[in-house]
Amino acid sequence: MANIDNILKKHGYKKSELIPILQDIQAEDRWLPCETLKYVSEKLDIPLIDVYSLATFYKSFSLKPRGKHVVTACCGTACHVRGGPKVLQELQNQLHIDVDETTPDKHFTLETVRCLGACALGPLVVVDGKYHGQMNTKKVASTLKKYSKKKK
Amino acid sequence: MIEMTIDGIPVQVEEGSTVLDAARFYGIEIPTLCDHDGLSSYGACRLCVVEIGKGENAKLVSSCTYPAETGLNIRTNSQRVVSARKMLVELLVAMCPSSKTVQDLASAMEVKQVRFKVDKTNDCILCGLCVRMCEEQMMAKAIGFVNRGKNRKITTPFDKKSDVCRTCGGCLYICPACELRCQGPAADTDLCNACVNVQPVCLKEEDNKMCFLETCGWCYEELGRKNNKKEIIKK
Repeated sequence: MANIDNILKKHGYKKSELIPILQDIQAEDRWLPCETLKYVSEKLDIPLIDVYSLATFYKSFSLKPRGKHVVTACCGTACHVRGGPKVLQELQNQLHIDVDETTPDKHFTLETVRCLGACALGPLVVVDGKYHGQMNTKKVASTLKKYSKKKK
Repeated sequence: MIEMTIDGIPVQVEEGSTVLDAARFYGIEIPTLCDHDGLSSYGACRLCVVEIGKGENAKLVSSCTYPAETGLNIRTNSQRVVSARKMLVELLVAMCPSSKTVQDLASAMEVKQVRFKVDKTNDCILCGLCVRMCEEQMMAKAIGFVNRGKNRKITTPFDKKSDVCRTCGGCLYICPACELRCQGPAADTDLCNACVNVQPVCLKEEDNKMCFLETCGWCYEELGRKNNKKEIIKK
């Protein structure tokens, strides 16, 4: 809870800065646990339902635990016609998880996004904010390998 | 005072009132669903649409949220308004066919068919009355809108019993979807319309016995005579 207090102090306990506060918390913890939202609502004197509405409204906030690396596959129109669904299927097969799920070892989380605005690079896969363009089913394994646990 | 016209009638209303307030003050009926005295205007159901503006600039606005302005020319019953209202009721019926309030509105506007896919599992029209009731009258703020788009729903935080909820029941009291429609023989249909399409029973008396049939032999005879008369008149 210490880090939340620091974040709240940084934003001056302002009600209007709820979104940046939640963003900062998510940047540290990778997700927003129930207790965190309750703590924030208490400290900022905002009804819990308002904090919960906001956290569920924006797709960038996650109320489920997320893995160490977030793999985001683009499902936009341009990526779709260039083979996005095949790449997504390959990612699901390799990670053995569905969309919006996390691997049991809490290492990877698979997500989808509508469009990232980099259609020329499609099909696009983003891992931890790094764009991997011109993705195909063969390149999926090597890309994931870069982020998988280091061999002992 | 603001001067404007509603359905061609010049009216005067106080500043700060809405178009709906003005229409009600002058006894002009506008159907509403998500509007309630004592709660803020929300404009969720759009049933209170009225037409304003001239010619190409004419547009539909929700009267419950539109502030009265000087020189407004408001039409509450133009063809465009009526057809828009009918479609809105159809959409509401498609969203929540089990609600008596919605079905009554459909019957009152003589909606005879629903052109949209009816979701019989849904029991909420997201009018936000319960949310406003909880916040503004009960001062609790225990429920609110969660998620967005097609997943939008009204619930408590984390779908668990809220700490601030006093189980006052205000949300149930004000909900227009909680009251179920008449559970008659047509309870499973998309559109109730029971009150519009009801067949009057026959109250003819013969030899001190009441008929009570929908159409008895006597009625047919009567009907035949009437038709003959019409034909004779036509000839």
